[in-house]
Amino acid sequence: MADDHEHQTVPSDIALRVKALESVLVEKEMVDRAELDAVVDTYENRIGPRNGARVVARAWTDPVYKARLLANATEAIAELGYGGAQGEHMVVVENAPKVHNLVVCTLCSCYPWPTLGLPPVWYKSAGYRSRAVIDPRGVLREFGLEPPDDVEIRVWDSTAEIRYLVLPERPADTEHLTEAELAELVTRDSMIGVATVASPRTGDAA
Amino acid sequence: MNGVHDMGGMHGLGPVGPEPREPVFHEPWEGRVFALRARTARWLRGRDMGSHRFELERIAAADYLRMSYYARWFTVLVDRLLRCGLIATRELERGAADAGRPQPTLLPPSAGDQVSGGRLDVALTPRFRPAQPVRARNMHPRGHTRLPRYARGKLGTVVRTHGIFALQDTDETGQRLGDYPQHVYTVRFTARELWGDQASDRDSVYVDLWEGYLEPA
Repeated sequence: MADDHEHQTVPSDIALRVKALESVLVEKEMVDRAELDAVVDTYENRIGPRNGARVVARAWTDPVYKARLLANATEAIAELGYGGAQGEHMVVVENAPKVHNLVVCTLCSCYPWPTLGLPPVWYKSAGYRSRAVIDPRGVLREFGLEPPDDVEIRVWDSTAEIRYLVLPERPADTEHLTEAELAELVTRDSMIGVATVASPRTGDAA
Repeated sequence: MNGVHDMGGMHGLGPVGPEPREPVFHEPWEGRVFALRARTARWLRGRDMGSHRFELERIAAADYLRMSYYARWFTVLVDRLLRCGLIATRELERGAADAGRPQPTLLPPSAGDQVSGGRLDVALTPRFRPAQPVRARNMHPRGHTRLPRYARGKLGTVVRTHGIFALQDTDETGQRLGDYPQHVYTVRFTARELWGDQASDRDSVYVDLWEGYLEPA
């Protein structure tokens, strides 16, 4: 739905115009086609929310790592090999039984690329950017989440160069799982703050 | 600038509309635009000190809302390449380089685009400290700014200092005039302060703000 809505008015020839630009720039030797392919491949296949999920799973299983992550997220994330563009200054915010964190960029699309990849369309949508700060509970309802009134919602608007990752709560019935198995449970949306992580046994969110 | 991009708190902009199993790029051209922007950045150096963000914000409001994200990026990328003379309209129309045009050369950075990104290692005493009450200034610059409208004039509390960063603001023509290194703070605004009694008395919004956006309260 978001796709139809976002794309229906784009000029139908945009694919051709982009192709024309690329051809001109390649011919002028300003860009190299293989390098363009590599950039696309990196963000389609190599950098994405599985990275962030590994950070979360490590924090769930290693309290000393978690302490480092909350104190200096950029360095702790770099320990797992993730860093670079749009992740140079990271802050991790921790969910708790009475605290729920939600990340937005009201002005544009700021997002922690090294741990989550490129943002989904909805994160960049006018609906999300306009409402996350004034009606976070309404936005969360749209994602099927209804934190009780006594849970404090903290919305983080990424206006400067700091990028935010939510550390979701570890779900129940996961004591027996390995770090790698835990990472499998962690979704992109739970690290933006529009979801919680479901328990593998019940399917219920924590 | 008080543009439609600064949409925090607006009503009527539609549902969020999450899409299950969304691909990174919906069409191959989106990935090409993303990659072209990344790989042409060095060619703009020394030619165009403009701000990608401000160029996006200057897209006419109705078009901004209608266009998809990467369509906006493409529009801005083409504008900048044309403006810098790196490509010509005729070349774009033909999809081929004009043999008569001189080959572009890479330029060293000019003073203007040595403006930094990232944390700066300079000595500056912070004006504010954690737990201090501050008020976001009531300012309406015509250039790029990172102080969202919904926070202007509002009372908040400093919760964290992040070190010193180059101010990203531009003048109304899009030019960044220097580094203007400043401390950046996370400031907590209660939902009630921002949105009034209709808001939850527990919730709050945290905004990262350069020092010049703030005054003591």
